[in-house]
Amino acid sequence: MTESAPPTVVIVDDHALLRAGVRAELEGKARVVGEAGDVDEAVAAVVEHRPDVVLLDVHLPGGGGVEVLRRLEEVAPETRCLALSVSDDPQDVIAVIRAGARGYVTKTISPDELADAIHRVRDGDAVFSPRLAGFVLDAFAGRGGAQPGAPEDPELDQLTAREREVLQHIARGYLYKEIALRLGISVKTVEAHVSSVLRKLQLSSRHELTRWAAQRRLVD
Amino acid sequence: MTEASATDTEPSRALTRDTDAAMLGGVCAGIAARLGVSPLGVRILAVILALGAGIGVPLYLAGWLWMPPSSGGPSLAARIRGRPGAWQAAAGLGMLTLAALLTARKLGLWWNDAISWPLVIAVFGGALLWRQTAGRPAEPPPSPQRPRDPVTAEQPAPSARRDVLEKVRAYYQGGFGIALVAGATVLFLQANGALTGARDIVLSVVAVAVGLGLVLAPFWVRMARRLAAERAERVRSQERAEMAAHLHDSVLQTLALMQKRADDPRAVATLARRQERELRAWLSGAPAARPDERLADALRAAAEEVEEGFGVPVEAVIVGDRELDDRCRALVAAAREALVNAAKHAPGEPISLYAEATDGRVEAFVRDRGPGFDPDAVPPDRRGVRESIVGRMARHGGRAEVRSAPGAGTEVELVLEDPR
Repeated sequence: MTESAPPTVVIVDDHALLRAGVRAELEGKARVVGEAGDVDEAVAAVVEHRPDVVLLDVHLPGGGGVEVLRRLEEVAPETRCLALSVSDDPQDVIAVIRAGARGYVTKTISPDELADAIHRVRDGDAVFSPRLAGFVLDAFAGRGGAQPGAPEDPELDQLTAREREVLQHIARGYLYKEIALRLGISVKTVEAHVSSVLRKLQLSSRHELTRWAAQRRLVD
Repeated sequence: MTEASATDTEPSRALTRDTDAAMLGGVCAGIAARLGVSPLGVRILAVILALGAGIGVPLYLAGWLWMPPSSGGPSLAARIRGRPGAWQAAAGLGMLTLAALLTARKLGLWWNDAISWPLVIAVFGGALLWRQTAGRPAEPPPSPQRPRDPVTAEQPAPSARRDVLEKVRAYYQGGFGIALVAGATVLFLQANGALTGARDIVLSVVAVAVGLGLVLAPFWVRMARRLAAERAERVRSQERAEMAAHLHDSVLQTLALMQKRADDPRAVATLARRQERELRAWLSGAPAARPDERLADALRAAAEEVEEGFGVPVEAVIVGDRELDDRCRALVAAAREALVNAAKHAPGEPISLYAEATDGRVEAFVRDRGPGFDPDAVPPDRRGVRESIVGRMARHGGRAEVRSAPGAGTEVELVLEDPR
């Protein structure tokens, strides 16, 4: 964890109770500068406060987290978003990641882990929950290559053995520093692998990913 | 990417238009690909059929219409049917037929002028009817309302009204289509002199039918509209009742239980997690789990069982799936044992279960963040790990490894490799 100034955070969730809960959990670990309950409020709050990290719910009135990400891309493209949701529907998860979120954690995450994830996202790294790692491994598993007609890019459509290993450890419940210890690499290298997986997740044209994305009307 | 190409060639077993190798619509290329011959031969045959007998042209057009493109997606015919605007499509088809007839006539491929108008009208009416009956693309079955988003939860009312309107329009179109086809048949018969005798009777019958239709149409439409509205209302209230019943049986019961046991946080957490799982399964509308048949479901069931039995959250992440055979059953049993051990020795700490089933290999990992232990210091009379995990896996041709150190939690790795 970085020992610099606490990151500023905007919490976007349509349940006031949950916002209050997260705010209390982050007490002393991050500075909550704003809250929003729907897409319009979220965009306005981000533009006003310019937070380090936006904690973004997937389901929101007015188009959901995906719509927030799309609009922030236009008005505040440097914003880093971390999806925080009760949903563990792979479609929701993959859609919000493909729309630009830097990570995905479920609302049952412990306060310390959440603070850790916020720091990580602030520092430009990706945050994968065990479940998200499982989805990604599933989506990049053997069957189904690139979308026909899409430019074939084997580099984007497959995970390297090392990336796969890192994801498997995340899915097995290991923390980054434990993974680093086990694989004999530095935490920075683990972070680099996860960021590279995130990039592939966002840019790959694999069947499974595009299908999920298409179902959420992310691609035409 | 051999696996990828294998799956890619799979769909081309069906007759599809090969849009990649197409000269015109890809029909010949598609047929050639299906038969495994050279497209050139098929094309030459098609040209001979077209120029020689004339039959080639309509055959080719039919192929173009009904063969789905190789790039995926529905056939042209299905797409035409699926799109709104029955009138435009029908009119277009009628015009195309007229154009084709005129062309054929000009080219001298002609037998009788009398056939042309009846044919055009029949095509127009037929197209209307056809879009009508086979018309709308299959709508998604009415899934249980997902109350996650209050905006979409309010949707059904306007869409039900639109449904009714659409149905009424459909009746009109259907009636009109039938009239056109019938009229065309009569015209055709008359033009060929087959009707001279029966004409008067037919004409009067038609006139009476048309008159009756005009008189009755408004009643008919009104009744249809009311019936449809009533049905929509009934479906809606049924759905609501079903949802209310479900929520009552599940969520409200659990909430009541939780209030009663508010002094026992572990019980409350267990109740909440079980309810969450149930509600999730119900909302996602996923097919019922089959823990007796599928590996992933069996592992999830084991995780839930331990979670409920010990009140410890188990995060189960499972990638891939396969049939549950005896060896997989052994792996599930060993994983369950490992989960139980973790729950016993690391009480209150979350447990991770990760399993991956790939071609020829199943792996499962059970990890806890408990105090850990020194595997070498376990007394030999402690049979749990040795017998029911390591021994069980070994008996089924797999292996198990226990990694632990004091203070670093424990991880049990189970591996099954398929015999080659």
